[in-house]
Amino acid sequence: MTAAIVDLEQRDDFIHRHIGPRETHVASMLRVVGASSLDDLTAKIVPASILEKSPPVVGEPMTETEALAKLREMAEQNKVFRSLIGLGYYDTITPNVILRNVLQNPGWYTAYTPYQPEISQGRLEALVNFQQMVMDLTGMQLANASMLDEGTAAAEAMTLAKRVGTHQSNTFLVASDCHPQTIAIIETRAKPLGITVVTGTPEELAGKEGFALLLQYPTTRGEVSDYAEITKTAHAKGMIVSVATDLLALTLLKPPGEWGADIVFGSAQRFGVPLGYGGPHAAFFAVKDEYKRSVPGRIVGVSVDSKGKAAFRLALQTREQHIRREKATSNICTAQVLLANIAGFYAVYHGPEGLKTIAMRIHRLTSVLAAGLVKLGFEIENNHCFDTLTIDVGNGAQDIIARAHKHGINLRDFGDGCLGLSLDEKSTRDEVVQLWQIFSGKSAFGFSVESLDQTAPDLIPDNLRRTSEFLTHPTFHLYRSETEMLRYLSHLERKDIALNRSMIPLGSCTMKLNATVEMIPISWPEFCDMHPFAPVDQAEGYRLMLQDLEQKLSTLTGFAAVSLQPNAGSQGEYAGLLTIHAYHESRGEGHRNICLIPSSAHGTNPASAVMAGMHVVVVACDTNGNVDLGDLRTKAAEHKDKLAALMVTYPSTHGVFEEEIREICRIIHEYGGQVYMDGANFNALVGLACPGKIGADVMHMNLHKTFCIPHGGGGPGMGPIGVAAHLAPFLPGNPLIQTGGEQAVGAISAAPWGSASILPISWVYISLMGTEGLKRASQIAILNANYIAKKLEKYYTTLYKGKNGFVAHECILDTRHFKDSAHVSVDDIAKRLMDFGFHAPTMSFPVPGTLMIEPTESESMAELDRFIEALVVIRTEISQLESKVWPENNNPLHLAPHTLADLTAEEWTRPYTRHVAAFPAPYVGADKFWPPVNRIDHVAGDRHLVCTCPPIENYSVAA
Amino acid sequence: MTKTLFSDDHEYIRLEGAVGTIGISDYAQNALGDVVYVELPKVGAKLAQGDQAGVVESVKSASEIYSPVSGEVVEVNAALANDPAQVNQDPFGKGWFYKVKISNDTELQKLKDETAYNKYVQGL
Repeated sequence: MTAAIVDLEQRDDFIHRHIGPRETHVASMLRVVGASSLDDLTAKIVPASILEKSPPVVGEPMTETEALAKLREMAEQNKVFRSLIGLGYYDTITPNVILRNVLQNPGWYTAYTPYQPEISQGRLEALVNFQQMVMDLTGMQLANASMLDEGTAAAEAMTLAKRVGTHQSNTFLVASDCHPQTIAIIETRAKPLGITVVTGTPEELAGKEGFALLLQYPTTRGEVSDYAEITKTAHAKGMIVSVATDLLALTLLKPPGEWGADIVFGSAQRFGVPLGYGGPHAAFFAVKDEYKRSVPGRIVGVSVDSKGKAAFRLALQTREQHIRREKATSNICTAQVLLANIAGFYAVYHGPEGLKTIAMRIHRLTSVLAAGLVKLGFEIENNHCFDTLTIDVGNGAQDIIARAHKHGINLRDFGDGCLGLSLDEKSTRDEVVQLWQIFSGKSAFGFSVESLDQTAPDLIPDNLRRTSEFLTHPTFHLYRSETEMLRYLSHLERKDIALNRSMIPLGSCTMKLNATVEMIPISWPEFCDMHPFAPVDQAEGYRLMLQDLEQKLSTLTGFAAVSLQPNAGSQGEYAGLLTIHAYHESRGEGHRNICLIPSSAHGTNPASAVMAGMHVVVVACDTNGNVDLGDLRTKAAEHKDKLAALMVTYPSTHGVFEEEIREICRIIHEYGGQVYMDGANFNALVGLACPGKIGADVMHMNLHKTFCIPHGGGGPGMGPIGVAAHLAPFLPGNPLIQTGGEQAVGAISAAPWGSASILPISWVYISLMGTEGLKRASQIAILNANYIAKKLEKYYTTLYKGKNGFVAHECILDTRHFKDSAHVSVDDIAKRLMDFGFHAPTMSFPVPGTLMIEPTESESMAELDRFIEALVVIRTEISQLESKVWPENNNPLHLAPHTLADLTAEEWTRPYTRHVAAFPAPYVGADKFWPPVNRIDHVAGDRHLVCTCPPIENYSVAA
Repeated sequence: MTKTLFSDDHEYIRLEGAVGTIGISDYAQNALGDVVYVELPKVGAKLAQGDQAGVVESVKSASEIYSPVSGEVVEVNAALANDPAQVNQDPFGKGWFYKVKISNDTELQKLKDETAYNKYVQGL
């Protein structure tokens, strides 16, 4: 009998591509863990009180072809104009060698944050290039490895200034000619911290007192002014001076570091990163050396490995939330690594001359455009500029805008009789002529671009011309042919372990498949070439897609409304807590400011709570790793008059479905608090239970964990929040585009929908999986974790288990006792896994000295078995140490990872063979991954911080 | 004659007349691991007993330093900026943090002598 056509269509094909284990494997894995079916396993693990009888309905699964066609239909409703709106977003040409080999390359986009530096040297080197580029262009001594966007970088500059400054004032002075979305975010962030924001012209502010001053250079209206005197005056008063700026302009302008700025930040978007309707883009952040220990975000530093060879690593992590918790310099964790790397590579590919040529071309076109507009009778507001002009058009604005739209061009309307326009890398001579036509309404003039090019003066003032060199390091000179560039990118990529090589079993990080079909649409011009502040009627396709995604996420979470604005989990937490505060305030209970946080929480939780103006009270966990209900009751009661919220992760960070979650929520509500659920572990819940129905009032979803946006080596992320109906009026807004609730808490991200251009990834994933597929993904994620825990139970103890002895979608292996029995630390195990070609699980979170494994649903049984075998072999090696077969400092664990140089050394005097060192399991064969460096010395790196490109000789040492 | 007392937070204070030299105990430096940075108070700062006086950082942790007594900071160990390893190598000697002019002798009674401190540490 032939199969029916409907079956042959394989409409659910993608589900079986996304999910790793084959049907037959699922059956045998179920036998191993002791369950009769997936539903039986689920019933044994997920509390009956929260389990949905049938999964929330998001639709039938689509095929890859159908999903792309449906998305294409929406995309085509976007009208992609040339947006000369500026506001910190400028169109750019992504060099194709970078587009194909980085942005569209899983070797780059599926990597994780480089916490295991020995297998992350490629992207760490790329990030040091980014840091060096930022330092050179800004003239500053230290730069971090990216912030989420320019607006949040401005807010971080404010809080950094408050931490390091000596001025006693509580006022932050902000130049009113900063971008409006930047000012909006500063106001949002200042309020809960009790900081007063005062705006005015730079000259007005020079006479005022504050702990810091923020200037924009060039300004949002394009003016380039000399701020040296204002800076000197501010410094004389003990104020910190921070400057928002533009990297491309700084190739021609005297950098802020040379006229005294203390903090310099901005967006690196125009260095080859598409507009993307607002993101993702990398912001940069640079400071004077003396503030290095107060800088927010990740910093890449240079250290040495155990053989003394230069090697890169994340430095000064004690500043960060995962260590310092409520005392952290910021809550930022996921940043924008992929985009920072693209910007860095853009500089590597073009070099200083290339960048200067692009900048000079834009500036000449702008100067010629201005000269023509003056001839046509327009008054240009700017005395000086780089690429942006503000033009007084009297009452002609609407006519000009209408003509511009006919030409497919967007201008900026200041609403005060002035129009703004910013030229960019895509601007041409033809475009300048078009703009003359648009402004004048004429088609012919008595001049041309070529004629005015002879006479039009440059608009950069002589005293602000850049004279200093930049990008002098060989890296910015060696890879200027496409062949050299291609090989450089490939050379770096091969140093790293990403998902295209092996499983990355990081607990709480959900390193699942980022399917090719999901990634394809992000490069469609309809999505990636849209300016975030284009008129909304041009973005109809985006509107449809965003609305549908919001709807689907609402359904899956059981919440009434969703905000897609927060562009990382940390931002979601912050936004969620602000909505909670606003809700209390609306009921006359704005004094509620106590945030209860279990001791097992991710460090970002307390860091976010402090930023939201709350005081953290820690709730204990019991011996089973669950929230201690008694302690929770006591603390909620003790603080009942001031209880604002509980932040709780579910399933817990200990990898367990706590039975009492409903009771936990009930207690908080009883005492007048709201429940914030951290959605980091939502991958175990999708399709099985809805946080909104369990009792949570707000939750963020890490779309870069649960919904397939790749980690990009440490960003981008997306952290939208879902809220119950009573919190919906407070969802974040935007000063330029109508979005969010009626009583919005303000702006959280610079762009109205955060990093909109990567949202199609999640839309495609949900559409392909459909209702049943999503449920199955969660079930397999749980099965995979339990399979690992079960198979390893003879070798390692799983620290916490839920009812019936099962874990959720991740498991914590207790490796602490090996410290006593064999002097083996969790680091030794992590480094040894590299010799097998594996990335380590999460180390020392949430329990110090342990490993947390999250396999996700995407890993096949074969891959799980390889990983299990690696851990079994390692356990045998630990036994060898326990029985003193190998000496303590000369064994494969303590000397891991092993490099090719180790293996090919003339002499081999170790008590184990070369084969044991590098090929510790039969499957480690021809495709062997060779860690490029030996174990990295973290102490040396933190004692002597270096975060610039090391001398080129250091790169040439043979691996 | 000098005398060294300890707080439950593992700071020590070595008394020399009215001035006390403060650092962290051998137990504390061992627990922290390799110290990479010490944030010290400013000379002239007036600290109450139990106030945060600074932070000591290893690669993986950051711990507050609490002042074991009230008083004014009269000197800080600037050499730690370039050589924080002294905290591990010589916690009671070159690895000292700061010196304080003690303002209230009676507070010393709340501290432990070496024998009592060692006993306390054994119980941890």
